[in-house]
This record gives sequence, structure tokens and C-alpha cells, in this order.
Amino acid sequence: MKDVDILIGSLPEQVKLYSPFDDLLCEFVGSFSKAVLHDTKAKQMPDVISLGYWCRAANIQKMKEKCTDRQERLGRGVAFHVTPSNIPVNFAFSFFFSLLAGNANIVRVPSKVTPERECIIRILKDVLEPYKEIKKRTMFVSYPAKSDATEFFSRLSDVRIIWGGDETIEAIRLHPAKPRCVDITFADRYSLALINGKYVLEADEKEIQRLARAFYNDTFYMDQNACSSPQLILWQNTCKEAKNKFWDAVYSYTQKHYIFPAIEAVNKYCRVCENIIDSDSIDSIVTKGNVIIREKLKALLPDEMLLFRGRCGQFFEYDLEHISEINGIVNEKYQTLSYYGYNPKKIQKWIVREGLTGIDRIVPIGKTMEIGMVWDGYNLTESLSRIISAE
Amino acid sequence: MNIDYSYIFNLPPFSLDKDEKHKLYEEILYELQKHHSGNCFQYNKLCSLLGNNPALPVRLFKEYDLKSISKDEIYKVMTSSGTTGQTVSKIYLDRETSARQAKALNKIVSDFTGKTRLPMLIIDSNKVLKDRNMFSARGAGILGFSMLGRDMTYALDENMNLNLTVIDEFCQKYEGQAVLMFGFTFMVWEHFYKPLSKMGHRLDLAGTLIHGGGWKKLASEAVNPEEFINGLKMVTNADKVLNYYGMVEQTGSIFMECEYGHLHASVFSDIDILRAEDFTAADVGEKGIIKVTSLLPTSYPGHILLSEDEGILEGVDDCPCGRKGKYFKVCGRMQGAEIRGCSDTYERR
Repeated sequence: MKDVDILIGSLPEQVKLYSPFDDLLCEFVGSFSKAVLHDTKAKQMPDVISLGYWCRAANIQKMKEKCTDRQERLGRGVAFHVTPSNIPVNFAFSFFFSLLAGNANIVRVPSKVTPERECIIRILKDVLEPYKEIKKRTMFVSYPAKSDATEFFSRLSDVRIIWGGDETIEAIRLHPAKPRCVDITFADRYSLALINGKYVLEADEKEIQRLARAFYNDTFYMDQNACSSPQLILWQNTCKEAKNKFWDAVYSYTQKHYIFPAIEAVNKYCRVCENIIDSDSIDSIVTKGNVIIREKLKALLPDEMLLFRGRCGQFFEYDLEHISEINGIVNEKYQTLSYYGYNPKKIQKWIVREGLTGIDRIVPIGKTMEIGMVWDGYNLTESLSRIISAE
Repeated sequence: MNIDYSYIFNLPPFSLDKDEKHKLYEEILYELQKHHSGNCFQYNKLCSLLGNNPALPVRLFKEYDLKSISKDEIYKVMTSSGTTGQTVSKIYLDRETSARQAKALNKIVSDFTGKTRLPMLIIDSNKVLKDRNMFSARGAGILGFSMLGRDMTYALDENMNLNLTVIDEFCQKYEGQAVLMFGFTFMVWEHFYKPLSKMGHRLDLAGTLIHGGGWKKLASEAVNPEEFINGLKMVTNADKVLNYYGMVEQTGSIFMECEYGHLHASVFSDIDILRAEDFTAADVGEKGIIKVTSLLPTSYPGHILLSEDEGILEGVDDCPCGRKGKYFKVCGRMQGAEIRGCSDTYERR
């Protein structure tokens, strides 16, 4: 395969498997963390730094302790990763999840060269050098979509980790894999936020600014285009003052931090027009410049929700009387519910009690981007390893 | 609908100053708003939430069948010449709108070329016109402009090669006379200028060359307007090479470039440059998104459109060419932004 560019390592050899959080694996991940956190270039890239933080020995230790049956588990074998081009550090998270679960890895890195990608690859290469055992079970590659490499790697895979969209997943699934191969797919998802207006109203200046920054990180920081970025904003116990207080704070934060791409003014306006034509449940449009566009909904109609997808600061708002109103719209597409002014355990209980088909994560506003080994409804340590039962 | 089009058509096309135009537009746009919201339900829905006379993004004409007439009033449907795989805009015309567009085009262009109908060389192939049912923007442009001349002659054959026999005959016939040449910017450069310049051939054609359709394809070859003009003046005797800005969504009310290189809004249309951050009006000299207004369309709600082009307003009422109204320049299609996010892992290229 001439069109495959090998960035690190070589095709994994047939080697013995590791248990999840094997000491060697943890040590390696910890070394990577240290290298990142001391790297002058990495320090300028917040995404890379948060990856470095996640890999800290103490953090890995915590996860290890949670995995109580790790000694009865082994990795599944060779994991093949197809990772997204638009979140530059994602491929590294995908790799570490699978490595820590005990697998050998072939990681297809997006061919779009970003400073983040280059930095991570460089540091990984260095850190891998003394870890010969891990190195021979690791390969990072980059290749064009039309290459037959996907076919080739699929046939070697015991696990495929496919990051979406839906079209990508469909395309990769056309390639046969081993009969026992498990596909972990991260499809297109839809996320929402639940805000308690009473708490917004009560928040002091410092708190409202913290909340605005937290919300910004969930949305604008990723152009509101991450699966976990909220599209739908649900309010309870609210009034106009609470909403204005919230959106004014978010707006003034964007004015200092968000670089608004000019074409998005047209794209957003165009989506607003489409929404108005396609739906009958839009009550009004409220804007703060073209940066924050709010479409207030009169009703939550299950068939319409997927029309309501914003980008770069376009939100759909609805005032909830009772949380039960979400039951009618939530389906398997729904991923993260971020909240402000709620007890997450209560929301969790509600979802389980009602048997909802969607919402896998409940996190405070500001934490939607914090990826971890429980993600998208999967416990990845378990999904990426095999259990050896004995009775 | 209470619009006195004959009044507008009797005005010299570049005669209204800022205040006069404002007054006229206020009246007519009020009528157009009433007409379209009463006859196009999508437009009506948009007005109810966005306020009166919202600008429609041009993309909407690709996604919806927007028309303010009944099915049996449709005279022709114009489509944008989208490249393969892209969806095309559909513009529904009735006889009145279509006639108005032709008339406005004539008024605007004759302000630059004179009232007499000149012999016309079309720098394209007549195969573009073969399918009369679906009017592509290119076909419609050729047809629209061909009304302005006589003895229509196509300079290119079916394979877009120079038809030298035909061209030479045309040159001999009109030796020493002013003619009108028309073509799309890219076609003129690629299939007319390039082969002629390669042969070292200069055609004995005097008069005006008018071209439009955008610089996008030429920008990749790094051809700028100045080179274009000089190039064409080398392969012909044209004394004027004029560009125009227009779109299939507002056929007829085109913006013509004057001898000072400024694109001018006529009485039939107007231009606004909007800031991306809040759609407020940009200052003279400030780059922004182009919004175009045309008084002509009554069969479809396209009287106010938000384009995807960027431009700069250069002045109002004071161009040295003497034409009143706004004048501006076009900077080209807006750059697609690289958006972050999770989807799109499968790279197609």
C-alpha cells in the first residue's frame, strides 16, 4: 500500500495481550503526560495540554481503581481506529483508551496536518522509544480515503473504533472484519442543556461570568459542532431577566474570545430561514449581532428536533414546565445533557426510570468536552477488553 | 399590486440620486413585500418572524420552489449553472417578469453602448441554447444580451473551439464599424483570448466587449481585471472592455462597470454591503457581504437577496463617469470556513 504514510511504529506483531491498566501501560501513559506538560510547544495548545492532564499518573490510577475486575480481563487484540479530522487531539484519546484497555493499536490519523497533530506525534514517538514492547504493538498511519488500507486493516482487526459521522461509519462498515470483531462507533449525536432560571437569577457577577465561560467552552470553543455541544437549551423556573442575564454574559465573553467566520453569518441566517420555512413551532428569533442567534420554540415536536441543529452560536430554546416534556423528543441520537442548577443524580434517576432511549451523559455546563473512558454510553475499558470468566 | 413599472422604465437608468432613489424604493418595496407575502407562503412565513422585506439567502432558491405565481402562469424556469453534483437554483418566471428583465437589461446596457442595435459576436457556442426547456444562467445570459444586438454570430463551435471562418466573415462584414461582443468572463479568456493570443492573431473588431459571470475560475489562474482588459485589447480592437455583476436570481438588473472600473447600481436595482458580525451597513471602503435589491421580480420573491459574495462600496452619486447611485467593487465568493467539530472523519479527497 504505497499511499499509506506510516507516522509511528509498524504493523502490530502477534504478541501477548495486556490486562487493562497493566503497570507498563500506565507507566507509559504517565511518561507521555510528563513529556507533554513539559513541552514548550504543547504549552501553547490548550487541547494538547488537556490531553496531557488526562494522561497524568494520578488520573490513570483513579481509573485503574475503578476497574475492579481488571485482572480477569485482557485486551481484545488489534484495535483499528478511524479518527475525526475536526477535533485535532481526538485520535490520541482514542489511542490511549484502547491501549489502556490492553489492545495493540493501528490508528488512522486525519491527513489534515494540524500543529496539534504534529506535536502529539512528535512527543509520542520520543516517549515510545524506550517502551519496545508497546512500540511493536503500535502503528500510527495516515492515508487518503480511497486507499485500500481500510480494507486491509479491517481484516486484521479485533476491534474497530470508528468516530463518526454516520456516513463514515457506514463507509467503514462496508469493509469486512474478523467474525468476532467488535465495532465501537461514535455516531452523530445531539445534545442539550438544562438551565434552572432561578439559579441564574441568583448568581452573582463572578458566578455568571464563570457560567458564561463554561458555556462558551461547551459551544463556541468547538464552533458548537461537537456532538456534546448543546443545540437545544431548555429552561425551567425562568423569566426574561434570567435569560437576558445569561445570554448577555455569554455574548460579552464571545466578544473577547470568539473569532466569527464571516461566511457563518450567511450560513446561520440561511439555517434560520430554513427552520422558519420547515417548522411551525418557532415562536420568535432573538439575536445578539450574528454571533448569538436564539430560536424560541413554541413546542417540542419529535419529528422536528433534528432540523434544529445550529453551528457557531445558534440555539433553540424552550421553557419546560416539567422535565417529563423531554420524554417525547429524546431518542438514541441524544448524547449529553449539560445542566446548571440541578442535582445530576435526580436527572439520571429520571432517565433510567422512564427508560429513555437517549442521553448517555449528564454533566455540569462547562464539562461537555471532557472526554473519558466512559463515553457515548460505553464503558470503554469493558467494551475494548475481553473477560475471562471462571466458576 | 400597485407598481407603476412604466414610470421606472421611463427614467434614465442612472439618473436617481440617493434621496430620490430612497423614496422610490420605499414605495415599491412596500408593494413588493405585500405582493410576495400574499402569494408565496414560504416568504410569508419568513416575514412573520424576520419582519418585512427580509433578505433571502440565495441558497434558498436551491432548496425550495419559491414562487409568487400559480403553476399555469410559469413561463420559464431558469436554473443556475451549478457544477456537477451541486443542486441548482430554480427561478420561476412569468411573462411579465421575464419581459421586465429583458427591458431593464436593454436600458442598462444601452447606457454604455448607445441605443442602436449593433452587430453582435457572442463568444460562446450556440449549443448552450439547445435545451430551451431548462434555462441555464449561461443560456439566459446569452439570450438576454442577444436582444441588444443584431446579426448574432457565435464565435465558438460545438467543441468550444474558435470558429475562425465565421469570425473572419463577421470581421470583414463589419470592418470599421462598432460591434458588440459578449461572453462569460472565463469562456472569453479560456476559449477566445488564449487561442487568439497563441496564434498571435488580432481580430479587426472595434466596439465594446461585455463580460460577466465571475472571476472565480480565473483567479486560480491569477488573471486580474487589468490583465484581462489588456489581453482582450491585444487580440481585438475593442475600445471598451466592460465587466458586469449579476446573478441568475436577479436577471436583468445587472450592475455594469463604467470606464472608471466601478460597478454601478441602476434605477432597477440597489446594493448594500453588510457587516458579517451584525448585518449592519458597512461604511464606504469597508468590505462586507453583498445584499442586492431588484425592483423587477414579481413572479418569485427574489427582490431582496443576501449573496455569498463580498464587496466594497466605493461611493454614492459621485463617480467621475457621471452616473448617479451607488458604485462598488466585488471581492469574490466568501471563503468557506474550517469548522471544528466531530463529524466528517471520512476524507473524500
